[in-house]
Amino acid sequence: MAKSSIDLPPKGGFSFDLCRRNDMLQKKGLKPQSFLKTGTTIVGLIFQDGVILGADTRATEGPIVADKNCEKIHYMAPNIYCCGAGTAADTEAVTDMVSSQLQLHRYHTGRESRVVTALTLLKRHLFNYQGHVSAALVLGGVDVTGPHLHTIYPHGSTDTLPFATMGSGSLAAMSVFESKFKEGLTKDEGIKIVCEAILAGVFNDLGSGSNVDVCVITKGHKEYLRNHMQPNPRTYVNPKGFTFSKKTEVLATTITPLKEKVEVIEAGDAMEE
Amino acid sequence: MYVVYLYTQHPKNAVSVASESDFHGHSQCFLKSTLIGSYGSTLRYKSIDRLKPIGKHSLLGASGEISDFQEILRYLDELILYDNMWDDGNSLGPKEVHNYLTRVMYNRRNKFNPLWNALVLGGVKNGQKYLGMVNMIGINFEDNHVATGLGNHLARPILRDEWHENLTFEEGVKLLEKCMRVLLYRDRSAVNKIQISKITEEGATLFPPFSLKTYWEFSAFKNPTVGAEGSW
Repeated sequence: MAKSSIDLPPKGGFSFDLCRRNDMLQKKGLKPQSFLKTGTTIVGLIFQDGVILGADTRATEGPIVADKNCEKIHYMAPNIYCCGAGTAADTEAVTDMVSSQLQLHRYHTGRESRVVTALTLLKRHLFNYQGHVSAALVLGGVDVTGPHLHTIYPHGSTDTLPFATMGSGSLAAMSVFESKFKEGLTKDEGIKIVCEAILAGVFNDLGSGSNVDVCVITKGHKEYLRNHMQPNPRTYVNPKGFTFSKKTEVLATTITPLKEKVEVIEAGDAMEE
Repeated sequence: MYVVYLYTQHPKNAVSVASESDFHGHSQCFLKSTLIGSYGSTLRYKSIDRLKPIGKHSLLGASGEISDFQEILRYLDELILYDNMWDDGNSLGPKEVHNYLTRVMYNRRNKFNPLWNALVLGGVKNGQKYLGMVNMIGINFEDNHVATGLGNHLARPILRDEWHENLTFEEGVKLLEKCMRVLLYRDRSAVNKIQISKITEEGATLFPPFSLKTYWEFSAFKNPTVGAEGSW
């Protein structure tokens, strides 16, 4: 047809063409779809040997709890972890993206990633999108220059702090930190304070709940304590357990291997260089 | 929509007030507030007394619009005066004053002309201690520890964890100071001038204002960009 697609070269950045359509639809009564937010409490603190990050595990979709036990502490590098608050998709996508970029950078340089690298990559990306990528992050890690803890706001500004909280439960957690933090904490004291801060968020903020995740990063070593505390167990659990009686009957069994088992001879042809 | 309506009625900024916190001790109540009356973003009046004794048995603390607070004090003055004129040996206790305040606030809210305050009322009568709060929309409740404004978010978690039935005066003051310190760090409209007041069976005592010690010597604050020259 005459109107066959003449591909314009792709323009960079956001295209706001559909905003007028969305406005018109909203006026006609269409409710915008709700998205999965991690109304959250995330915290980080620097102790004498490194960094401790903590997060709650509730993901909300408006007034409903969408995921009772989600993971908010994302992997960035073997020595860097990042907690994310805000829109769940945004935090996941942004941390995954920067994590891959860091991996490529590690291959390129042959060195351990630095926290400021992750910080700059995240900050540049978020600023570029002028706050529309709604990800509020607490980035922590230990590299050759020492332990670092940063907060990154959705518009792209960053802070370097000894202790930080983000998310809807940040005030409750910050009140615990402001009253209990001191320099030179040991690992156990640090974990205790982080747990107390997250619990303050869990019990005093409606957007945070369920369990407490903790991640301890020190030089050359990390400990990811998933569900370190579970202060909200199910109240009524059937003591007899659940038996699913009507199982499907197995009438006959035949196993067909899909891959051929091939013998690999050690002194085979070496790969051409 | 409600707030926009009010905005057109009161285009001038309200003289607002920062948060306070307080709780039961055994047969005593403590109230604590900062002495600030701000005008929008300016810290205009730094010696406003926001804690007032009411009658023989109660203490009232307020945050929000100061002129409305002064109006409420006049209403309460009249109330206590009429009660004293009966001269029947009975006097209005904290529960009664709290009820009166709730009715006043709720009625004004129904007429779309609220008194823009969050009030805290504490008191002791016949050995019974009482601590209650009333909002500008008429929400009222009684609890062992209450706070207004940002204190709800910053001080309540600490109070929930650390308040218990048998606090002594010193422990209570320390706990409230802890809360006020956090508020001082994290509320932009707070100042370092705090006043405590206590009410027991014997009566109300307002202590002179004092300031809290703050700690700014974290090494990370001194040199935040160590290891990352040029960043911030």
